[in-house]
Amino acid sequence: MASPSLMDTLFQRGLDDIIKGVRHQQSSTESIFMSRVIEEIRREIKSTDLQTKSTALQKLTYLNSIHFIDMSWASFHAIECISSPAFSHKKIGYLAISQSFSESTPVILLISNQLRKDLKSGNEFEVSLALDCLSRIGTVDLCRDLASEVFILMSSSKVFIRKKAIGVVLRLFEKYPDAVRVCFKKLVESLEGSDSPIVSAVVGVFCELSAKDPRSYLPLAPEFYRILVDSKNNWVLIKVLKIFVKLAPLEPRLAKRLVEPICDHMRKTGAKSLVFECIRTVVTSFTEYESAMKLAAEKIREFLMEDDPNLKYLGLHAISIMAPKHLWAVLENKDVVIQSLSDEDPNIKLESLRLVMAMASESNLMETCRVLVNYALKSDPDFCNEILGSILSTCCQNVYEVIIDFDWYVSLLGEMSRIPNCKKGEEIENQLIDIGMRVKDVRPELVRIARDLLIDPALLGNPFLHRLLSAAAWVCGEYVEFSRNPVELMEALLQPRTSLLPSSIRTVYVQSAFKILIFCIHSYFLQKEDMTSEVSDLASKRECSESSDLATGKALVQSDQDEGFNPRESNQSYEYPSVVDTGDGQSSTPTFMEKKSLMHESIVNLLNLMELVLSPLSSSLDVEIQERACNVLGFIELVQQEFSNPLIRKEANLDREEVIASRVVEWVHDGFSEELGPVSVTAQDRVPIPDELVLKENLTDLEAICGGVELPAPGSFSLTSPYYGESAVFSVSNLQAEEDSEPSTESTSLLTEHRKRHELYYLPSEKNKIPANDYPPANDPSSSINTNDATEDLVKLADQSLVSKRKPNHAKPRPVVVKLEEGEAAPVVSKKPELKDDLLSGAIHDILLGNEAKAASSQSNPSDKSSSKRKGKAKHVDLLDSNLAVGEQPNHENPSSRRSKHRGDGKQKSKKSKGKKNGDGREDDGEKESQKIRDHHGRHKSRQRADAPINVVPQTPDIPDYLL
Amino acid sequence: MGIRFILMVNKQGQTRLAQYYEWLTLEERRALEGEIVRKCLARNDQQCSFVEHRNYKIVYRRYASLFFLVGVDNDENELAILEFIHLLVETMDRHFGNVCELDIMFHLEKAHFMLEEMVMNGCIVETSKANILSPIQLMDKTS
Repeated sequence: MASPSLMDTLFQRGLDDIIKGVRHQQSSTESIFMSRVIEEIRREIKSTDLQTKSTALQKLTYLNSIHFIDMSWASFHAIECISSPAFSHKKIGYLAISQSFSESTPVILLISNQLRKDLKSGNEFEVSLALDCLSRIGTVDLCRDLASEVFILMSSSKVFIRKKAIGVVLRLFEKYPDAVRVCFKKLVESLEGSDSPIVSAVVGVFCELSAKDPRSYLPLAPEFYRILVDSKNNWVLIKVLKIFVKLAPLEPRLAKRLVEPICDHMRKTGAKSLVFECIRTVVTSFTEYESAMKLAAEKIREFLMEDDPNLKYLGLHAISIMAPKHLWAVLENKDVVIQSLSDEDPNIKLESLRLVMAMASESNLMETCRVLVNYALKSDPDFCNEILGSILSTCCQNVYEVIIDFDWYVSLLGEMSRIPNCKKGEEIENQLIDIGMRVKDVRPELVRIARDLLIDPALLGNPFLHRLLSAAAWVCGEYVEFSRNPVELMEALLQPRTSLLPSSIRTVYVQSAFKILIFCIHSYFLQKEDMTSEVSDLASKRECSESSDLATGKALVQSDQDEGFNPRESNQSYEYPSVVDTGDGQSSTPTFMEKKSLMHESIVNLLNLMELVLSPLSSSLDVEIQERACNVLGFIELVQQEFSNPLIRKEANLDREEVIASRVVEWVHDGFSEELGPVSVTAQDRVPIPDELVLKENLTDLEAICGGVELPAPGSFSLTSPYYGESAVFSVSNLQAEEDSEPSTESTSLLTEHRKRHELYYLPSEKNKIPANDYPPANDPSSSINTNDATEDLVKLADQSLVSKRKPNHAKPRPVVVKLEEGEAAPVVSKKPELKDDLLSGAIHDILLGNEAKAASSQSNPSDKSSSKRKGKAKHVDLLDSNLAVGEQPNHENPSSRRSKHRGDGKQKSKKSKGKKNGDGREDDGEKESQKIRDHHGRHKSRQRADAPINVVPQTPDIPDYLL
Repeated sequence: MGIRFILMVNKQGQTRLAQYYEWLTLEERRALEGEIVRKCLARNDQQCSFVEHRNYKIVYRRYASLFFLVGVDNDENELAILEFIHLLVETMDRHFGNVCELDIMFHLEKAHFMLEEMVMNGCIVETSKANILSPIQLMDKTS
């Protein structure tokens, strides 16, 4: 590269010129101007003259900061600038580095030496620049290399430097935990200083540290307490309170000491920020102190009464923290909460909405929801959906715990769906189906609501509600026996406007229509059977043929019906005592059956309508729709043969074809009328892995085979489709098994795959009952006896765990909600502490607690990085061992000798002795505080020194004396 | 980390100062600033100064034509951050004399310097105006 000419240097544009230049550009010419400037910078920055170079860098830094111009290419030039002897160049270089360097910057290691040089510099501003830079970009390597320099600076005589050095410590600890061993003692000492900037910096550091691992800092509680009582600086007080919020749950005795000074601050201070911090501390950590809570509530009330929206928001926020344990606080401020629902600020509205829902209980839920839904109608779309969302989530908590009257709730769901801004289709969908499966008593009402939704033309146009419609369609198909007018449902499902729906939902429509059709034809046959029941030989004949054909199935069907229908029957007979039980479940639907409206003609009409609508769908591009439509059409064809010539059929009832048709209808109907129940999310875990199943086999060749097949994306996984899919598969397999009489084992691989995909919905099964590679589907009545077992399991499970929370004081008894015993909640993921924090806390712990054992499990991850930590761990284990041994056998020789060996070890290490000194210093401080404490300390000390076998509770050895 | 970033944005939504305490790429920064500006500048005076954004909070305050936006962790004290913003403005006022957008544009370095004095690693380390300004004044004198 040619060296830049003198002209370049002389007439270089400064930063001010660039800023002015950018300001004068129109937006159209800005990019041209910018690229010209960058071109210029690229040239100038290569200059050997540091003045030119640093000015170029300064311009680039500015553009990077404000105009998002890349400057990663200039990192080496920035390093050149910081090695300049001139402070002004250094300043520019350091700013550029802190702004643009990341861990992945390749040249970052090159600054290590320069940083060290500047940290040792006599010019405090150079030192400060280097410290600032290190705090921003410090990597593991940098922190390791420079830890000792920072440590020296922590004892600098200049407050200005010391403060910054302390600020850097946080980064140091985070990146290089071993630095704790060097710096921690100094850090703790700085807490005691009288220089308020130093204390403020240190408290800030401890606040951050204790957020990660509070337990390690418990021994420092006395220091923090002193600051809490003595300090006049609100910033510091707020940070100290934050530390105590972290510590309080770990040490119950802390609260007793803290409550008084905190309340004191709350009463005396004029600073709202401090008051709020006190409130927050009290409501999160000291909930059992009645007087403090009262005071906090009082202060919150003051916040709420202010005009300032900030205070109002924070007040509401504080109440919402209180709400779970102290509902009275919400109730006391009910007026403000309700009023805030119509506040101008969406954030405030949201908070007050949360509170309103927190107040909701069994007794006032209906009223609350009524008010909220009305309010949702009037509010803007976003908040409307917030309201609906919170109603939905509140109501479904703990399996609809708060809901007594499910008829009301279901109709509320219907009402919510009709709110024009409603976007909660998916949530309502889930709840409709969930309630349908869990609460038997509500099904008639559910079907009624679903019907209303289906025939509502407005809903089809709203894409957010399509999911909801799929639920409505599913409900109509599944519980069609409760419908007053199935034909109307059918028309709704087949209306032309369904073409607006996405294909995944149309498939549900088609399948539901199919279910309804089966139901209608089945009831028609029953009706006819009733009429011709005198002809006993017919009945017996059919019985015979059925039992012979259904070699495996008959008994099963019967038993399934028993399980599936009896409860429903009993429910029904409870509501309709006049029902005549004819031994079949379907006869218990008087609403529809009694009307005897299913004439032969209407069936034919139905068939024609379906054929008309579904014929175009049989060539649909969507595979699911196409397949289902074809299935249904095939079925219609089969049935139509029978209905096409009614006169003849009526005469010749014994015709073979009719037998086939009615039998098929009956089987499909049985398949559909199998009860679907909720399945535990952990059900799959309870299925043992069969021996023959090789899970870790390489399946690449399988991929080659299945490569062309498109699997549904896991994201599209919904509640409906699996159920739907299952019943579809099984009904088809029913037909096939009947027609082709192929061995069902062939389909096991398909089923296995299905199970893998929808494992959630499979039943828990017992280990020994299920043959190894046979996964029976939950609802296939004809597959094998195992299925039946599984079904029984479910019923048993459901029965065992029925919620019987009946409130005697309600006029209407709460219907039974089927709830699975365990596993309704998501499995708890045990939290694993991060390695780095672990290292850090381990190191701090070693320093702070010296040679005391630690009970906490945070040390379970030994790492190669810190060998000393491993030593520490071994030691702890040792100590615990010996403690145990002592507990059992006080005069045992071995443990005590082992321990004394330890102590020796500990004293040899300088770090150890530091820790010890540290502890002493604290004790001295404690001594100042009160006579009583000193006495305790004395005893404590002597106990420690005597190394008596009754040594220590392993946890928190330093605090007890202070707290007693 | 208490404070994650400090932004100064004018009424038109142009960034005037950006200080981040965690590493973000240029693209992430651009996206973040865009989102925040859209969210905060649309709010009016009757609304509160706290906005939840992603997994943290933004505390903001408007002074004349400039918005001061501070991104903080969720458990940070909002009112304290408002006071911090006010302190920052007062400090700049004392240094520039009735600070305005142009002052910050043309003295961006100094503004960064003040912030470095006040905040380290996302912790507020200095809250005295005199202490914050003394190094800058010293440097002004020597240069």
